[in-house]
Amino acid sequence: MSAFVTLLLRDIRLAARSGGSAALALSFFALVATLVPLGVGADLHLLSRVAGGVLWVGAVLSALLSLDRLFQGDFEDGSLDLIALSPLALELTALAKIAAHWLSTGLPLTLLSPLLALLFNLPGPATAILFVSLLIGTPAVSAIGAIGASLTLSLKRGGLILPLIILPLLSPAVIFGAGAVQAALDGMAAKDALGLLAAFATASVLLSPFAAAACVRLNLGG
Amino acid sequence: MNFLFRYANPHEFMRLSGAVLPVFAVATALCLAIGLYLGFSVPPDYQQGTTVILMFIHVPADVVAELAYGAIAVCSLLSLVWRHPLSDTAARAAAPFGAMFTALGLVTGALWGKPMWGTYWVWDARLTSFLLLLFLYFGYMALWNAIEDETRAARACAILALVGMVNIPIIKFSVDWWSTLHQGESIMSGKIAPVYLAPLLIMMLGYVLLFLTLWMVRIRTAILERRARNLMREAAA
Repeated sequence: MSAFVTLLLRDIRLAARSGGSAALALSFFALVATLVPLGVGADLHLLSRVAGGVLWVGAVLSALLSLDRLFQGDFEDGSLDLIALSPLALELTALAKIAAHWLSTGLPLTLLSPLLALLFNLPGPATAILFVSLLIGTPAVSAIGAIGASLTLSLKRGGLILPLIILPLLSPAVIFGAGAVQAALDGMAAKDALGLLAAFATASVLLSPFAAAACVRLNLGG
Repeated sequence: MNFLFRYANPHEFMRLSGAVLPVFAVATALCLAIGLYLGFSVPPDYQQGTTVILMFIHVPADVVAELAYGAIAVCSLLSLVWRHPLSDTAARAAAPFGAMFTALGLVTGALWGKPMWGTYWVWDARLTSFLLLLFLYFGYMALWNAIEDETRAARACAILALVGMVNIPIIKFSVDWWSTLHQGESIMSGKIAPVYLAPLLIMMLGYVLLFLTLWMVRIRTAILERRARNLMREAAA
């Protein structure tokens, strides 16, 4: 277990120090949220209607930015070979990387979301639901993203193909997440959508490490 | 299993598929001809009028679009678990047809939507999930093209196809859920009169046969291409 924690902390430290991917993802998220009113107009009523969907899509896209480096950096400098040789199962390695990615992008994005919701004039209860939905939904983005990252880790331009592969797979997260906010906005119970989102996220986090580990193994030539 | 592996040898496959290909091609042509003839001679539907004819072109395309993904997933499983040598080629060959039938389903659906719903595109549950299926096909084909090493590409794509297979029911469910949340209209009745059923079934059979025929031709072409490449390599050496 200590190997797991060591790897997790190492990846978080790498994310924080090399270029600050969290800060980049947050700026991107804020910029997307700024461009939308410029595109659709400043009608606060309209903005509050679309806030849930826009912020969910924005969060998913922002989390995508740093995904292609999830395994690639370690693959290029050879540390992935060493990690694969270590006693830690490759599945747990993948889980540690997913957790590190979520802690360094998904969680900060979630923490920023209430502020952006304020700019979109989203009412308080709906903002709370948005926050909760991002909190339980973004782990699924990191988990399914890890599959895409491991499939494309040997590609020079994997960053281009990665979104094409994983965005369709992530559509349920956007549907349930934004659906929960919409339900709260319409005064309905959001717990159905949140429950489905939680189920989707749990299944993704539990199953993705196996798929990701299989892809890493094949790319290491094993 | 034994049966599957007997034709895993490309040579055996070429012999067998060469023999059955003409039969499949003729059967396809017959089914499509009969199906279209019957389809054009049905009485107009009391609600949809003559546009009901589009159903015979549209519904089978959707069926084959999903069938093709299933075929890719089965081939991927065979390739990953049993290292079945031909199934990679078969999986790769099926993808463009899957995408083609999905696109055909979307286009005919849109053309049908114009007279029925008054607009080419509605965010109906089925149309939306087929649009997502089309993107799944695109991603799968893009990954095949992106990885240069062929065995590595084959195994990566097999994993992607299986992940997609697990996800497709979830995507379908979530889109259905989303569609009932946002809109109640545009849900077609599940009942169908017998006079429409016969041409529909014949057209479905025709489409499935068409897919199988084209798929076989593509696998054969891939095998021949590989042989030609090997011969050129030998000649150059």
